[in-house]
Amino acid sequence: MAYLQIDHVGISFSRGGVTTEVLRDVNLRIEPGEYVSIIGHSGCGKSTLLNIVAGLLRASLGGVLLEGREVNAPGPDRAVVFQNHSLLPWLTVRENVGLAVDKVFSARKSRAERREWIEYNLSLVRMNAAADKRPSEISGGMKQRVGIARALAMEPKILLLDEPFGALDALTRAHLQDQVMEIHARLGNTILMITHDVDEAALLSDRIVMMTNGPGATIGEILKVRLPRPRKRLDLVDDHTYNHARAAVLEFLYARHAAPALAA
Amino acid sequence: MGLPALKLEATAPVARPVQVLTFQARTPSFSIDRVLPVLRRLATAIVPPAIVVALVLLVWELACRQAGAGLPPPSTVLRDTWELIKDPFFDRGGIDKGLFWHISASLQRVALGYALAALAGIALGTLVGQSAWAMRGLDPLFQVLRTVPPLAWLPLSLAAFRDGQPSAIFVIFITAIWPIIINTSVGIRNIPQDYRNVAAVLRLNSFEFFAKIMVPAAAPYIFTGLRIGIGLSWLAIVAAEMLIGGVGIGFFIWDAWNSSHISEIILALTYVGLIGFMLDRVVAFVAAFVTRGTSAQ
Repeated sequence: MAYLQIDHVGISFSRGGVTTEVLRDVNLRIEPGEYVSIIGHSGCGKSTLLNIVAGLLRASLGGVLLEGREVNAPGPDRAVVFQNHSLLPWLTVRENVGLAVDKVFSARKSRAERREWIEYNLSLVRMNAAADKRPSEISGGMKQRVGIARALAMEPKILLLDEPFGALDALTRAHLQDQVMEIHARLGNTILMITHDVDEAALLSDRIVMMTNGPGATIGEILKVRLPRPRKRLDLVDDHTYNHARAAVLEFLYARHAAPALAA
Repeated sequence: MGLPALKLEATAPVARPVQVLTFQARTPSFSIDRVLPVLRRLATAIVPPAIVVALVLLVWELACRQAGAGLPPPSTVLRDTWELIKDPFFDRGGIDKGLFWHISASLQRVALGYALAALAGIALGTLVGQSAWAMRGLDPLFQVLRTVPPLAWLPLSLAAFRDGQPSAIFVIFITAIWPIIINTSVGIRNIPQDYRNVAAVLRLNSFEFFAKIMVPAAAPYIFTGLRIGIGLSWLAIVAAEMLIGGVGIGFFIWDAWNSSHISEIILALTYVGLIGFMLDRVVAFVAAFVTRGTSAQ
């Protein structure tokens, strides 16, 4: 029994009498501590898949098992880092993390322990200094870091990242990727990440899951990235394994499964 | 208490720059660079309206001075009503009271009707904003009822309550509630899906969702409704009081008209305008305080 098991998942949406099959027969097993990326062209349903794992969407067919239990509603054991940070603008950085901590640990931790836990998670993303600012007062990268701290603070069994670095500039993105790798190394989280960035997938992942194009998208291929950790961005520039992984993903995305709009 | 304070407020800002200047002269270490912008801002806020008011008073004075004019000029108004301005607190029983008591009676009616409208309006608006069924069922009704003029409710409420006081409060209630309902429901419907997802992942229960997500997210909309509502309430109370009688600024105006005290009407209108303005400012201030940070992403 795998830690997280996505079992024959399919989903269809009906609108105005027209049914569109978005995902068909998706099967994936993730082990504890693994970092798995899902990559595919836009519209292939990768975010839909993540939302099914998060419980925000119900699969039409099949299901998701986490530690052998079926997932059918959202919960803090599958914390999500949303693409657009989704911080509550009327709360400070600390209060945003605090909202999650107070809710998830209301019974398990004392008030002092919770406060300490909030500070610890802010320190993981180095946001203690800006903890009293509101989201409107901090940069996009900082907002995303708070989003990550909020998700980590829920102590999830699996961390779901929905294109977490998509909206950031290249330098901020690199910095944040390094921070996520550092946190992953330190805490050993199990992570499922959606991305459309080949370099990012190769740098961060243990396995890269490549999705075919929709409608009826499914997993086309899974690539193991056999690079030792910790990984250093600069060392990988000339690394054979890294370049091979990148080439394989690029070949899958642009030669065998080009975006429908481009192929037409 | 309310009325002298009002008059003081109008003159206090004008007096302030002078104070600052004398203070400045005595302590040269205090930087003039810091005082000047403040003075300039005060001046730009106060000088233009002061000039306009002075011009209006002047034109009015000239236009109404000659014999046979329909309305008294401002100088006559001031002379005629000086007793009322000077002593707003007298109470000779019945409706022969100072303006303070009339305005305070009106404000009490507005406070009660408006508070009820705010409570019921936010509750109904939340219901309509949250539930598609409630929206389909109630929204057409609201859209029709909100166009009924406030005073048209008065005979009906007099028939139902058989008393002037609750009827006036009901008219305030029914006047203020529509913008509160409609704006609240729009605010609730516009809560971004992201916030709902966050709430779902955290498994907030419905009460926590209401208190921690819904109310703050919809607060800017709710306060827009509350602000429109307070303005409409104050508009409606004067008209309603004219009809129900008793103590209140509306009936004071009507009574003055029946006794041909035109100057008293003009004084009462000035107070009504100033207090309406203050009510609006109070709600705007509370809104700015409560929704700080909310509208900015």
